[in-house]
Amino acid sequence: MPVTEIRVAGFGGQGVILAGMIIGKAFALYENGYATLTQSFGPEARGSACSAQVILSDQPILYPYVTQPDILIAMSQDAYHRFAPTLKENGLLLIEEDLVRISQLKPGVRVRGIPATRIAEELGRRLVLNIVMVGFFGAVTGLVSYDALRKAVETSVPKGTESLNLRAFERGWEHGSHAAHAEAPEAVPIERGLNGHD
Amino acid sequence: MITADPRAVLTGAHFIDGDHACTEGCIAAGARFAAGYPITPSTEIVERFAERAPEIGGRFIQMEDELASSIAILGAVWAGAKAFTVTSGPGFSLMMEHLGLAVMTETPCVFVDVQRGGPSTGLPTLPAQGDMMQARWGSHGDYEIIALSPSSPQECFDLAIRAFNLSEEFRVPVLLMMDEAVGHMTEKVVIPPADQILLYPRRYTKRPPSEYWPYEFGEDLVPEMVRAGMGYRFHITGLTHDERGYPAMSAEAQNKLVRRLKEKILRAKDRIITLETEALEEADVVVVAYGITARVAQRAIELARKEGIRVGKIRLITIWPFPDEFLRHVAMRIRAFVVPELNLGQIIREVERASCGFCRVLGVPHAGGTVHRPEEILEVIEEAAR
Amino acid sequence: MSATTDVLVENPVEQLLRTERMPHIWCPGCGIGTSVNCFARALLESNTDLDKVAIVSGIGCSGRVAGYLKLDSFHTTHGRAIPFATGLKLANPKLTVVVYSGDGDLFAIGGNHFIHAARRNVDIKVICINNFIYGMTGGQVAPTTPLEARASTAPYGCYEPPFNLPFLAEAAGATYVARWTTYHVVQLTKAFKELLAHRGFGFIEVIAPCPTLYQRRNRLGDGLDAMKYYKEHSKIRHGAPTSEVGLGFQSEIIVGKFVQKQRPTYFDMEEQVLRQRLGERYRPLEELVCQ
Repeated sequence: MPVTEIRVAGFGGQGVILAGMIIGKAFALYENGYATLTQSFGPEARGSACSAQVILSDQPILYPYVTQPDILIAMSQDAYHRFAPTLKENGLLLIEEDLVRISQLKPGVRVRGIPATRIAEELGRRLVLNIVMVGFFGAVTGLVSYDALRKAVETSVPKGTESLNLRAFERGWEHGSHAAHAEAPEAVPIERGLNGHD
Repeated sequence: MITADPRAVLTGAHFIDGDHACTEGCIAAGARFAAGYPITPSTEIVERFAERAPEIGGRFIQMEDELASSIAILGAVWAGAKAFTVTSGPGFSLMMEHLGLAVMTETPCVFVDVQRGGPSTGLPTLPAQGDMMQARWGSHGDYEIIALSPSSPQECFDLAIRAFNLSEEFRVPVLLMMDEAVGHMTEKVVIPPADQILLYPRRYTKRPPSEYWPYEFGEDLVPEMVRAGMGYRFHITGLTHDERGYPAMSAEAQNKLVRRLKEKILRAKDRIITLETEALEEADVVVVAYGITARVAQRAIELARKEGIRVGKIRLITIWPFPDEFLRHVAMRIRAFVVPELNLGQIIREVERASCGFCRVLGVPHAGGTVHRPEEILEVIEEAAR
Repeated sequence: MSATTDVLVENPVEQLLRTERMPHIWCPGCGIGTSVNCFARALLESNTDLDKVAIVSGIGCSGRVAGYLKLDSFHTTHGRAIPFATGLKLANPKLTVVVYSGDGDLFAIGGNHFIHAARRNVDIKVICINNFIYGMTGGQVAPTTPLEARASTAPYGCYEPPFNLPFLAEAAGATYVARWTTYHVVQLTKAFKELLAHRGFGFIEVIAPCPTLYQRRNRLGDGLDAMKYYKEHSKIRHGAPTSEVGLGFQSEIIVGKFVQKQRPTYFDMEEQVLRQRLGERYRPLEELVCQ
């Protein structure tokens, strides 16, 4: 597998870092690959924006930072605005579809969406939306196996919350399996970002 | 060598950050006492130790400041423990007092500095490598020190153990010079089974009290140790002292002691220094880097190679003592060294000194706060190759 | 006159001194030696295992005590004897750890460490030789210098109010607090014995003359004159409220045992909390001795 650069982004409280951590852990520990997780610093860390960078590779990773992600997991409009322009051509954009409205995209970028927050709320805790996203990511990309991701979820979430989180993971995975071959949501040209800023 | 205590070692593969890997390394190395004062971005190391300590028969205390933390660990060592403290720039400045005391009293211990932007309060949450010269020269007077610089969480674990081993072998405080970027980077860290972790035992004397002096030394210039409560009734002082450990206020005693403190390290330099090298044989340009910057530079090196530039790499794992001779020999064969670092020119001075004018030395200075862009390093490599 | 020599050789305190280091550096008339004599006697008369006693000093004239006592002894950095002692005690609770240092060392540069050790009730014993001045460096003003007393850096008289050390110690949490002068050798020896037997953070202030720098600069005569003054102007008031025992220049000196009580020590609290929270997972420790 070539090097895959992933950025998970959202706002504080969505569990962005944990989502990145689970993806990296699943690949590094349960797929026997290499993964590096770094948390953003620099201007992009301002405000409530929060982002994690994960690199997956079958070779040891030397340069540890994501410059042009192959995959962007955007869980907020702000994250989308900030990072969508950095996506590679033909990259993959995974969005929390209730929170992110897409506008222009680079050529070839595929988009898959999931109402992760709504699903999490249905499960009883909004907080597990990040785990829904992880499941969704796994099913859509096929980069990390179901078993590896599931195990990483199980061993990374707070004790006592495993079953809830595993259900969240399943739901995300399920949704992803259907979405994997679905049509991409259309890019909606909008004059300005939904949050009123770029 | 002895092996680690299996009851405390978390054998297995973990996906943890450099700070936590450092804690596990210290624990695996046998550290059972830590004292610290909260300071970003190092605090996670002692937070984890505070959590782990009660289960492994260890003890953590949060002291009132870094002065107190850095001397509490020395007290613990003289009571028999393996001990460490952890800090970042501003606290590192305060700890210089007891780094000196540890050097002077030959107290084995480990100081971890997770570097952030300075001077003063600087950039608490952002990386830098600005304490490299402070590590070497920060405490007053003449001394030799050992400092190691990890580039990955795995190395935070490995080098924490090595730091303890070197400190025990040479009876010197060892500095683990991390940086914020490596401290907060998460990767796979493999912790081996306890019986595969080799530890240098404390150099306790076998002599009876009547035949023992604290600073009598043998061939390797390192004295044997005792601890409080064993009936030796020994004396330790930060004053210049004789072999009995008693204050000796003379130029002669000073000359003898201070030269030995330096010499015990310098004569073992070749064993202490570890480097990682790549493609030095055919190189025209060699990048010298350490810590996070060594990994950032790798991207630049790859880009330069695509342009046909013959680039080699030296990653400094041991920073102090500095590999003068090795760099000089490389300098004789190449056009230039390129030295990227997250400061405005610290280790480059050592590279210049070691090169003895045999090749050009070009820096890629950076004030810290983030890491270099690989292109910044690439530009200097290109210039060096011209 | 060999009998006299025999008596000297048999001086019981001598076994606790590093006689090869004599003569010591203290001036004639200095009170530190007197206090050491009392301390050594107290140690011998108490049931303490001398091999388990560690003395920790900071810097200054009193800081040299560690160097003269034939015990495990540590001469540390200026002001930091208490945190060093804390490390010793925490790594080996079986040790009897005594900090022996001066007023400048313990209450100026080391003041923060003092209050925190008292707050924690770490089981260490702190002896402060208070001579109202920095002796080793030449008679500078200290946080204990009485108002109007002269010092080399307060040549017109001190205008900073001094600390009332017993009051400070009690407020910070010390569970044994006493003050004696070097005139009161019997009481001081007894107090040292009590301190050694005390469980928790204990503190004794020893008022001692510095004839060379404090007495002379303030025209107070020599060491003997100081003894006379202590004799005539000390008042024993056991249990006196520590708020009332502050010292002025050549004022009355209230001496006695002011505080002696028990509260859970650092170790008591640590064990209680960890056992409660961790249950079986808690692995209590006695000594942190590495191989």
